[in-house]
Amino acid sequence: MLSSGSGNTVIKSKLISRRMFLLSVSKAVVVVGVLGRLISLQINESSKYKTLSDKNRFREWKLAPERGIIKDYFNEEIASNQQVYQIHLIPENTQSIEEVFFRLKTILNITDKKIFSLRKKIAKQKPWEPIIVSDNLNWSEFSRINLFLHELQGVEPIVSVARVYKDSSSAHALGYVSQVSAKDLKNKKYLKDMSVPGIAVGKTGLERRLDQEIIGEVGFQRYEVNAFGKRIKQIKVDPGKAGKSFKTTLDLEVQRHVTEILGDKAASVCVMDIYNGDIVSLVSSPSYDPNAFVHGIDRDYWNSLIKNERKPLTNKAVSGLYPPGSTIKTLVALSALENKIIRPLDTVRCKGKIELFGEKFHCWKKKGHGIMNMRTGIKRSCDVYFYEVARRLGVDRLSETAKKFGLGKKVLQDFSEERSGVVPSTSWKKKYIGQNWYLGETLHSGIGQGYFQSTPIQLCLMTAQIANGGFEIKPRILFDKTKNNLKEYLKFKNENPGQPLPADLLVSNFDLKPLFKNQENIKIIKDAMYSSSNEPGGTSYRSRLEDKRFTFAGKTGSSQIRKFTEEQREAEVKQEQLKYENRDHALFIAFAPVSDPKYAISVVVEHGGTGSKAAAPIAKKVIKKVLERHSLRQSIRNLPGDPI
Amino acid sequence: MFQPRSIQSSLSFKDKLFSIDYVLVVSILILGIVSMIAMYSTDGGEFKYHTESHILRFFVFFLMFFILSFVQIRFWHNTSYLIYIVFLTLLIGVKYFGLTSSGSQRWLNFYFMNLQPSELMKIGLILFLAKYYHRVSIENVNRIKFLFLPIFVLIFPVLLVVMQPDLGTSILIAAGGLVVAWLAGVRVKFFVYSMLIFIALLPIAISFLKPYQKSRILTFLNPEKDPLGAGYQIIQSKIAIGSGGLFGKGFLNGSQSYLDYLPEKHTDFIFTLFSEEFGFFGSVFILLLYGVIVSRIVKIGNITRSNFGKLYCYSFATAFFIYVIVNMGMVLGLLPIVGSPLPIMSYGGSSMMAIMLGLGIAMSCKVYKDMPVN
Repeated sequence: MLSSGSGNTVIKSKLISRRMFLLSVSKAVVVVGVLGRLISLQINESSKYKTLSDKNRFREWKLAPERGIIKDYFNEEIASNQQVYQIHLIPENTQSIEEVFFRLKTILNITDKKIFSLRKKIAKQKPWEPIIVSDNLNWSEFSRINLFLHELQGVEPIVSVARVYKDSSSAHALGYVSQVSAKDLKNKKYLKDMSVPGIAVGKTGLERRLDQEIIGEVGFQRYEVNAFGKRIKQIKVDPGKAGKSFKTTLDLEVQRHVTEILGDKAASVCVMDIYNGDIVSLVSSPSYDPNAFVHGIDRDYWNSLIKNERKPLTNKAVSGLYPPGSTIKTLVALSALENKIIRPLDTVRCKGKIELFGEKFHCWKKKGHGIMNMRTGIKRSCDVYFYEVARRLGVDRLSETAKKFGLGKKVLQDFSEERSGVVPSTSWKKKYIGQNWYLGETLHSGIGQGYFQSTPIQLCLMTAQIANGGFEIKPRILFDKTKNNLKEYLKFKNENPGQPLPADLLVSNFDLKPLFKNQENIKIIKDAMYSSSNEPGGTSYRSRLEDKRFTFAGKTGSSQIRKFTEEQREAEVKQEQLKYENRDHALFIAFAPVSDPKYAISVVVEHGGTGSKAAAPIAKKVIKKVLERHSLRQSIRNLPGDPI
Repeated sequence: MFQPRSIQSSLSFKDKLFSIDYVLVVSILILGIVSMIAMYSTDGGEFKYHTESHILRFFVFFLMFFILSFVQIRFWHNTSYLIYIVFLTLLIGVKYFGLTSSGSQRWLNFYFMNLQPSELMKIGLILFLAKYYHRVSIENVNRIKFLFLPIFVLIFPVLLVVMQPDLGTSILIAAGGLVVAWLAGVRVKFFVYSMLIFIALLPIAISFLKPYQKSRILTFLNPEKDPLGAGYQIIQSKIAIGSGGLFGKGFLNGSQSYLDYLPEKHTDFIFTLFSEEFGFFGSVFILLLYGVIVSRIVKIGNITRSNFGKLYCYSFATAFFIYVIVNMGMVLGLLPIVGSPLPIMSYGGSSMMAIMLGLGIAMSCKVYKDMPVN
């Protein structure tokens, strides 16, 4: 067993050395392998791992930017921001999330339902991403949280800013903001990199239209964090950029006044400067509280809004579609004059109804108006007169004029919810309904019924373009201080009273687009509207303003919801006796003051009955308010160095 | 045979002192200092518990190494079976009296330190087999009869360590033993046979593995599969080393370790930390130091006359090399994370003690290079 003799030992020693040599060679190979790996990691791929290391090291928390402010014409802030007290929770910083929830429940009034939804949110996001437990605490709650903060690891009290609206008078025009939804993220590219907890996006109205510019740029805080996500030190802070502020043409004071007048009626009012198209007032009623949406709307309130048959969430001024009713008669008459179908003094006898094409067409006045010409026809809104005019005019010529004056297309580019309405014509019917035009339908169109559909803002624009002498204007709700060509032209006209004004000169010198062939025709219509509001027998005579400063010229209208049955007609059923949803919509359009027109207005009261009873009195109050503020509006216009 | 013995016995202390391999001593000292620097960094640039106790241990065990260098090689030869038995007893003792920490029972509590006998067994097994094969004649090496004892002394401690459970250390113990057997001339076919048997038994062995050990092996195969779970360590270690680049992030600037992304930075991943802070050049420097140490021990083996000394030095050098390579391979993502310390660099008293013991024996082979052992 023992090694015997030195010879054996030497052989063994040689064997050992030989085998050691083999081992050494393989060691060298292994070392080369390790060296190669070091070269690959530390030299070849070093930059990749440096990036990964920085990714580990730095973590960024995005900061929601401050939303731009929306002001009215007088720089009054309609939509601004306020300080809000919030509670954020970073799940990975808590020791036990259950305990934190339990403590929060006792300190604040958080429902189990809320906690359930928070849990769901936490499960969806990274553990270091903060979630907002409560985004609008009052001061006492906030201070209570701060008192107990030492027991609430992972909870951070945050003072942030959030949208606040002064009142609900402009809720529809401005729209509202709310939390980003999955749909928003999908549809709006600019939101892609803005997934900041607590960021709000515009959902309707101007808030939606201006969202991209008004939302601002997201800032961030970059921290060095350790492996457990604990912030070690702040590396960089970029506060982001507050969104751009916007000035509108609205007058908050008028908005409030109008809202007050309308109360909870389902109605809308639109007031427009007839020269530059500035929308002074755009109110839809009943309104809603836009502030309710900012921090997530309460379910009960939401349901009450949804269930309300007067549709508080709809911006009726731009998306409510109504047959224009008798307000269209202004355009029917104008179209007839322009096309030389009828002369102003041509007469038609109204016996309360006419029979044409085997169908009975009734005037609203059962006994009839007697002999009517254009002025009296408009003044008393005689249907039979306009049946006759329409019959002679034909629907296609009417449609051409109506389109020219702004019906049938969107007035503003600012509202995604705006609708374009319908101006019927023979080709329209063929295309959309697939039937030929019946002559009887021309008569219905002549009194603004049938297929006609218009929005209140379209009617307002139509009135404005009649009132300004028949020139095209581009309505706007965002303030724009570029010079106004129509004004320039009027100044020129005042300074050179005797000069004739050929139409082509208007176009070339002032870039104006006249909508008329003969401006005299416009004057005739304006005069007829004057008579309708200011002469006894006129449909809105009772709502007139006698003060010369405020005198307006208007046209009533009521758009039928349901055809009267013969029995109802015989019984002379009054609108008030009908069920609410069967009553006619009441419409009224006007411009004021008559002596030197400045503003146009349209009022629509859903199921209000007749225009003269329901809509004209509202217009009267609004016109007075608007004109009272006219000189103030004029003075602000010339302020130099406007911030926007 | 008498002549050399008398020469060796008559060595004066001065002669002994001169025959010490100072290149090896200096390399160990430099490595010790480097390890202190790294440890200081793991403590975030302060003299805290880890740094202080590491420095203390290094110097205590370095002193031990120096003293052991003067112990006659004959002593080591004569006592090697005894040493093995003592270590084995301690290892068995662990099973009954051992301390459990993070799910594995590895330590014995002595009042001045917690001893990990499995680390000592790395040296114990090499010593035992070196003596065994020194004594077995070359004709008998490959006889089945003479294979039983080596197999038993290898398997027994390895199984004890596997059951602790400590996969890494058991593999390293086995590796050391196999190296001795290989150097002694055991035929390749026996290694192949045992390998085949091992593979055949592997499924059974795997069924005994703890879930975390299974997941470690799976993780090695695809670390990115579960980046926050079991693959975390490998990924973070690769990021740390890779981000170090050519020159490193600078002393105390290793963000991966400073911000706790690096796991086990005091022990298994100390090379990662160093590599992150000192870059490719730092890594190569460490590699070179280990290369010098290993080659110096091999050189001692070359000049030692006794086959016991040769077997021991070659085996220890190779085992030392394997410890280094397994650790580096592990942190570089070349091998699964099995838990093996980097000699001298890693924090851990038992490992330091075992390595210094091993180095001390090797050095005594140098000092008494001409002394026959029997």
